[in-house]
Amino acid sequence: MIASTKPSALEMEAIASRHAHLLQSSSKKGLKPMLIGVGLVVYLVFSWWFFSIAHVLANANWGIAGTYLADWVSYEIRPEIAIAPDGTMTVSYQRNSPLGKNPDPEWVMLDKQEVTRAVESPAATVQAPKPKASSSFSFMAPNAALGGGDHATDHRQTAAATRTEAIVTRAVVTYDRATRIEVADKLVTTTHAGETLTMKVDGADKVTPQGTLPRWATQKRLGEKVTLSFGFTGWAEIEGNEVSIRNRFFGWANFLFDTNSPFFGKSYGEVAFLILSGDRIDPTRSNLSLALNNILYNAEWQHLDVWTKLLQTIVMAFVGTLFASFIAFPLCFLAARSITPSRVTNQLVKRFFDFLRSVDMFIWALFFTRAFGPGPLAGISAIFFTDTGTLGKLYSEALENIDDKQREGVKSVGAPPIAVQRFGVLPQVLPVFASQALYFWESNIRSATIIGAVGAGGIGLKLWEAIRTNSDWENVAYMVLLILMVVFVFDSISNACRSRLIGRSGH
Amino acid sequence: MATSVLSRQLSENAALIERHWRELNDRRRLYTALGLAVLTLTLFASLWFANDSNAGKFVDRLPHFFDFVGDLAPRDPMEIARALFDLPSPYDDGSFKYNYPDGRLYITDSLYVPEYFHKMLETVNIAIFSTMVGAFFGFILCFLAPRNLMPNRWVRGPVRRLMEILRAFPEVVIAGFFLTILSLGPIPAIAAVSIHTIGALGKLFFEVVENVDMKPEEGLRAVGGNWIERVWFSIVPQVLPNFTSYFLLRLEINVRASAIIGAVGGGGIGELLRLSIGQGHQAKTVAIVLLLFATVFAVDQFSAWLRRRLVGEQAFQLSQ
Repeated sequence: MIASTKPSALEMEAIASRHAHLLQSSSKKGLKPMLIGVGLVVYLVFSWWFFSIAHVLANANWGIAGTYLADWVSYEIRPEIAIAPDGTMTVSYQRNSPLGKNPDPEWVMLDKQEVTRAVESPAATVQAPKPKASSSFSFMAPNAALGGGDHATDHRQTAAATRTEAIVTRAVVTYDRATRIEVADKLVTTTHAGETLTMKVDGADKVTPQGTLPRWATQKRLGEKVTLSFGFTGWAEIEGNEVSIRNRFFGWANFLFDTNSPFFGKSYGEVAFLILSGDRIDPTRSNLSLALNNILYNAEWQHLDVWTKLLQTIVMAFVGTLFASFIAFPLCFLAARSITPSRVTNQLVKRFFDFLRSVDMFIWALFFTRAFGPGPLAGISAIFFTDTGTLGKLYSEALENIDDKQREGVKSVGAPPIAVQRFGVLPQVLPVFASQALYFWESNIRSATIIGAVGAGGIGLKLWEAIRTNSDWENVAYMVLLILMVVFVFDSISNACRSRLIGRSGH
Repeated sequence: MATSVLSRQLSENAALIERHWRELNDRRRLYTALGLAVLTLTLFASLWFANDSNAGKFVDRLPHFFDFVGDLAPRDPMEIARALFDLPSPYDDGSFKYNYPDGRLYITDSLYVPEYFHKMLETVNIAIFSTMVGAFFGFILCFLAPRNLMPNRWVRGPVRRLMEILRAFPEVVIAGFFLTILSLGPIPAIAAVSIHTIGALGKLFFEVVENVDMKPEEGLRAVGGNWIERVWFSIVPQVLPNFTSYFLLRLEINVRASAIIGAVGGGGIGELLRLSIGQGHQAKTVAIVLLLFATVFAVDQFSAWLRRRLVGEQAFQLSQ
C-alpha cells in the first residue's frame, strides 16, 4: 500500500494562494522574450526598408517567373501564322524549332492552295489562284514547301515572270481537347473551356473581338493585340497581321538526338532496330557509334560537355582536399600543443591556418583564376588553400584531444620520437583525419559549384552561363539534377565510409 | 636465452595461430598497397585531366602562382587606408583605380559612410536577414521530420527529402533565377542564402529534436495536450539553446556565403571585390579583403562567445 504524499487539489490551491510570490515569474524574466521579440520586429522593419523589399517585389516581373519555371520541365513550339490583307496566310516556326527543319506537327492543320503570282513586273495582274487539293493531307507531299522562310519555290518552266507560292487559307491549331484556335477568312475563332471567342483581324494592325472577352482573354486597348492564356498548355497572341501560337509540351525536347541527327524523330524501337540490324547510315562507322556520337554531341543538351564539367567539379574537390590533407597533416603536429611544446611554433602555425581559412575560398578562387586562367586548376588551388587551413585546424584539435596513455606506453619502452608519434598517436587520429577529409571532399563538391561561377572551373560556369541566357532553363534543370544526384551519391558514400572509419576507431 | 625462445618448437595449435596471423598481416599489407596504388593512380589521372582542361597549363602558369601577392601590393601603403575610407588619393588620374571618393554615401552634407563599409553592412545584413528567414522556416519544418514527434512516415519522409533538396540545391541557380525576375540587388542573394539555410538549419534542428528527453512531452500528452501544445511547451524549451547555437553557427557561414553570392551579381561587397581583383586595383582589393577578413573574424568571435555561453563546449563540434 502506498500512501499518497501528494496534496489534494484543494490543498494545492491553498498553498498557492498563501505563497503567491513563489509562483509568479519575475517581471524581468517575462520582459526578456518581449524585448527580443520587439528587437526582432524592429530589425525586420529596418531590413524591409534597407533592402526596399516592397519596392522590388512590386516591380518584379512575376509573369515571366511562371514561364521560366515552366521552362524547366517543358518546351514551347511557336508557330506564327502571318495574315496578309487579302486573308491568305503563311506559317513559320521559330528558328531551331525542336521539331526540326520542316516542322509539320499533327496539331496544326492547314488548308493549302498554290497561287502563281507575277513577280517581275509589278504592274502585272495577280494570276488567278489555282486551287489544289485542299485537304490537310496535301501538304504531306514531299515537295510541298512549308515553314521557316522557304515558302517560295521558283517554277522555272513558266519563265521568271511568275512564281508559285503555297499559301494557307485556313489553319486550325489544337492545343488540347478543350482548346483550339481556327484562323480563316480574317476571322480568328478560339474555343477554350467551353467558351468561344471570335475576333476579326484586318491583316494590318487591328483586332476586333466580337462580343465580350472571356476571362482568359485580355486586350489592353480597343483594336490592339489580344492575349489569350490557356494556363500550362500555352498561350496565344492575336495581332492584326499575325497569330502567334505558343503551345507548351511537357518534357525535355530532343534530349537524346538533336534535329540534325539522322536518328531524330524516330521512336526508341526504330532507333534500336537501326542500331541492331539496320544498314549503315554513315558508311564509315557503325550505327551504334554514330548514335552514341550524336547523343554525346547533342547541340542542344551538350551531354559530353556537361558531364566533363561535372567531373571537373568532382576532381577539383578531390585533388584540392587530398593535397590540403597532405599539407595539413605534418603541419598539425606543429600546431598541437600536446605534440610540439613550443608555444611560439603552435601559435604561428595556428594563425597561419586561420589566415588561410578566413581569406575564404572565394577570394582565393578570384586570385588563382588570374594566375592559371579559368579552369579547374584555379579551383583546385582555391580549395587547397582554404582546406589546408580548415583541416589543419580540425586536425590539430583532434591531436590535442588524444589519449596520452598510449603515447606514454610507447615512450616508456624507449622508442625514438618518430616511433612514439607513429605508434602512440597516429593510430588514434588517423581514422578521424580520414573521416574529416572525406567530409570536406563531399562538402567541397557543393562549394566548387559556386566558385566555378566566378571562373574557377567545373560546372559552375556552365550553369551560370545557361542561367544568364534566360532561355535555357531546361539545361539548368538538367545540370541541377545531375549536381543533386552527384551530391547525394557522394553524401552517402562519404557517410558510409565515415561511419566505418569512426566506428572501427571506437577503441 | 633469446635463441631458446626463437627456436622453441611450436605446438600444432600455436603454429596454426602463427600462420593465421601471417596470412592476415599479408592480406592487410596487400589491401593497403592496393588502396595506395588506386589513390595515386586516381590522383595523377585527376591532375592530368584538370591540367588538360584548364585554360593555362600548370607548368607554364606556375611562375604566376604567387601573382596575387602583386595584386595585393599598392604603390603606397597609405592608399589602402584611403581606399577604405574613401579619401582622395594624390595619385588620382581620373581612372577608376583611384576614384575612392566617388563611392561615398552621404548621410548629411559633411558626414558620409565609406562605400566599402556600406557594402559590407549590406552583405552582413543579407546574412542576418536570410539566416532569420531560414531559421523561421527551418524551425517550422524541423518538428515534422523527427521520428519521435511525427510517427507518420508519409509526412516525415517528404519533409526530410525536401530539406535535403533545399540544402543541396546550388545557390547560384536560385540567385540567378531571382536575378532574372527581380532586378539587380540584394534580394536574389537573400533568396538564395535563405533557401539553402532552410535546408541546412532544418536538418540540424531536427537532429536536436530527435535527441530530446521525451518525458515532458509524455506529461503533456497525459493531460491531453494537442500536438502543437506538446511541441511548444515540452520540446521547444529544451531545444532552444541548441537552436540558437546553430543559428549563430549558420550566421557565420552565411556571412561568407552572401559575400560569394554577391560576386555573381547579388550586390554587396562580393561584387566590388570581384571587379577590383579583375581590374587589378591593388589598394581597393586589399581594403576589401581586410574589411571582409575583419568582419568575418568579428562575427566568428562574437558567435563563438555567445554559443559558448549558451550551450558550452558542445557547440564546437564539426557541422555544416
